[in-house]
Amino acid sequence: MEPIFVWWIGETEPGEAVMDHVRAHLSRAFDRPAVLWASPARPSGAYDEKRRQHQTAPILQWLLEAGPPEGKVLAVTDQDLFIPILTYVFGEAQLGGRAAVCSTARLHEGVDRIGPRLLQERIAKEAVHEVGHAFGLHHCDSPRCVMGRSAGLGGVDGKSHELCGTCRQRLRQPPAVRRPHGQ
Amino acid sequence: MGNERTSILVVDDEEIVRESLSGWLEKDGYTVDIASDGASALQKLGAGPRSIMVCDLKMPGMDGLQVLEAAKKLQPDLAVVIMTAYATVDTAVSAMKAGAYDYLMKPFDPEELSLMMQKIVGQQSLVRENAVLRQALEKQHAFRDLYSKSPGMQAVFDLARSAARTSSTILILGESGSGKEVMARAIHAESPRANGPFVDVSCAALTESLLESELFGHERGAFTGALARRKGKFEAAHGGTLFLDEVGDIGPKLQLDLLRVLEERRFHRIGGNETIEVDVRIISATNKDLKKAVAAGTFREDLLYRLDVVRITLPPLRDRKEDIPLLVDRFMERLSVEMKKPLEGVTAEAMEALMAQPWRGNVRELRNVLERGAVVARTPVIQLDDLGLPAKGTAQAEPAQAGGVPLQSLDDVERKYICSVLASTGGNVSASARILGIDRVTLYNKMRKYGVRRDGEPEDADAEAPRRG
Repeated sequence: MEPIFVWWIGETEPGEAVMDHVRAHLSRAFDRPAVLWASPARPSGAYDEKRRQHQTAPILQWLLEAGPPEGKVLAVTDQDLFIPILTYVFGEAQLGGRAAVCSTARLHEGVDRIGPRLLQERIAKEAVHEVGHAFGLHHCDSPRCVMGRSAGLGGVDGKSHELCGTCRQRLRQPPAVRRPHGQ
Repeated sequence: MGNERTSILVVDDEEIVRESLSGWLEKDGYTVDIASDGASALQKLGAGPRSIMVCDLKMPGMDGLQVLEAAKKLQPDLAVVIMTAYATVDTAVSAMKAGAYDYLMKPFDPEELSLMMQKIVGQQSLVRENAVLRQALEKQHAFRDLYSKSPGMQAVFDLARSAARTSSTILILGESGSGKEVMARAIHAESPRANGPFVDVSCAALTESLLESELFGHERGAFTGALARRKGKFEAAHGGTLFLDEVGDIGPKLQLDLLRVLEERRFHRIGGNETIEVDVRIISATNKDLKKAVAAGTFREDLLYRLDVVRITLPPLRDRKEDIPLLVDRFMERLSVEMKKPLEGVTAEAMEALMAQPWRGNVRELRNVLERGAVVARTPVIQLDDLGLPAKGTAQAEPAQAGGVPLQSLDDVERKYICSVLASTGGNVSASARILGIDRVTLYNKMRKYGVRRDGEPEDADAEAPRRG
C-alpha cells in the first residue's frame, strides 16, 4: 500500500508536534502509512508579487517533480495560497491525483486566545480534506464530515477530523465510480 | 449531495481562470464544462442544456453580455453569473437587465462562489418541484382538455374515465358550449380505441337525406349526383368512435336507421345490397331534453334507450363558477401559444366581471370573450375593457326606442342580426358563428329556424316571418 508523504515547504521552522499530528490523522483517515518527507527544496515561481500570495497550481506541479516518486504527497506551508479566480484558498489538491497542498497562513485567528492546540486541529482537518480530494473525494454535505466545504474558519472549526461513513465507503470504491454523494 | 446533476459551463478566455474555476467547482461535485469564447459556449449550449453558466464579461469577440443574451435565447431558464474584474454599477446593471442571475467581481471569496452556486441550485430545484406539483395538480383537475375543480365535474370526470375503458354507448347531455364535443374527444383519447379514428357528424347541420348519405355512404348512381361510391361516417369510424352531435335533431326515418345499426352493428350503403359490419363506439350528444321529445312523439323511445347507456351530464358554467379562474388560466396559456403573444392573465377587475357573467354560452362563450380580449389587449395582462363585456345593468335596462325604432320581439331582433352578420361575412358560417359567440351547429339551427340562407337573405321570398324548424 503506497504511503502518504507529508512535506513541510514553509519558510519558518515547522513545529514537529504539528507535523506529527497531521501525519497521524492522515494515516488514520486513509488507513495507510503516512510518513514525513524531509527535503530542503522549496517551490519557485509560485509567488505572485502583485497579490503577495503563492499560486497553488505551480506548487502542485512542482511537488510531482521534486517530491517522492509514488504515493500521495501533501505539502504544508506557512505561505498564503490562492487560485487565480479566488481571493485565497486554505489548500488545493489534484482531484484524484497525487499532489495536495495546504496552508497555515489563515488558520491562526483565535489561536493566541484558545491555544496552539486549535491550530493543530485546523491544520490536521485541512490536510485530511485536501488529501481526500487527491483520493477522488468531492465535497460532502454531511455537516461533521471533514470533506465538508470550509466556509471560513468557522466552517473548519465546525467539522470533525473524520470522514463520514459515506465518504469512507466511497474511498473503498474504485476511482472510476467514486462520485459525489446523493447518487 | 447530488451536485453532479447540476452542469456548469465556465466561459473565460483565460485558460488559468477556466482551469482553476472548473477545478474548484468539480470539487463541489458539479459536472463542469469549459469554453474559451462566446461562440464555443453557445455551441455547447446548443448541444445540450446546462444549469448554470459562469461567464467572463470582457472577452475578445463576443463579450459576456452578448453571450448572455444569445444564451438566454437558446435556454431561457439558464442561470447566468457574469464575472468581471472591473465591476462598476453600470456593468452590474447591464448584466442584471440582460437577465443575469448575479455577477461576481474577480477574484472572489471561495465562500461567495460556493454559496451563490448552492443558492442557484436550490432555486432551480424549487422551480422544478413547483412545475411537478403544478402538473400533478393540473392532472388532478383535468380530464384531457376539460378542466374543473368543482366536485360535480370531478364526479363527471370519474364517470367519463370509467366509461372510456368500455365500449358502451355514451350519451352526453349539456347546454350549448358546455364542452360536449371536447368530452367526446377526451373519452375517445382515453379509450382503448384511441389509436382508431374519431369521426364527428353534426346531425343538425344537414338535411335528413344528406345526413343519411353522410352516415351510411352511398353506391354509385344511388341518387342524382351520386357519381361514385362513397363510404359513410360509420365506415370511416371503424375501429374508433363515431360522435353524433345534436342527435336530438335527426328526423324519424334516420332515427329508425340508426336504431337498426345500433342493434345489429351492420348496415347497407344507400343504393347498395352489400352488408357492412362495423366496430364502432357511438357517443352522441344533445342539448335537447330527449325525454320530452319522446313524450312529444318526435324522438323514438327505443332509440333513446339504445343511445342512453351511459349518460354524462355536463353542468352549465354558471353552476361551477369556481372553475372560471382555472379556465381563464388554461385559455390564456393556449391563446398565448396560438397567437404567439405573451398573455399572463386578466386584471382583478376583469376577473370579477367574468365571475359575474351569466355565461349562457358556457365555456365556449368564455373562450370567445377571452380570445377577443387577447386580440385587443395591448399588455400581457388583459384589462376589463379589452373583454367587451356588456356594461353592468345592460340586461336590466329599459327597452330602447332610439331613433323611433318600434319595439320588436327577441326572435325578430335575433333573426335580423343573424342576417346582417351573415351578409357582412359574405356567407361564412364559421366566421359568423365566431362573431355571434355561438357554435356553427347552433347557427345552422337558428338559420333553419328563421329560414335564413348563408348569404343572410330569406330562403324564399315568402319566408319573411320566422318559421318553426
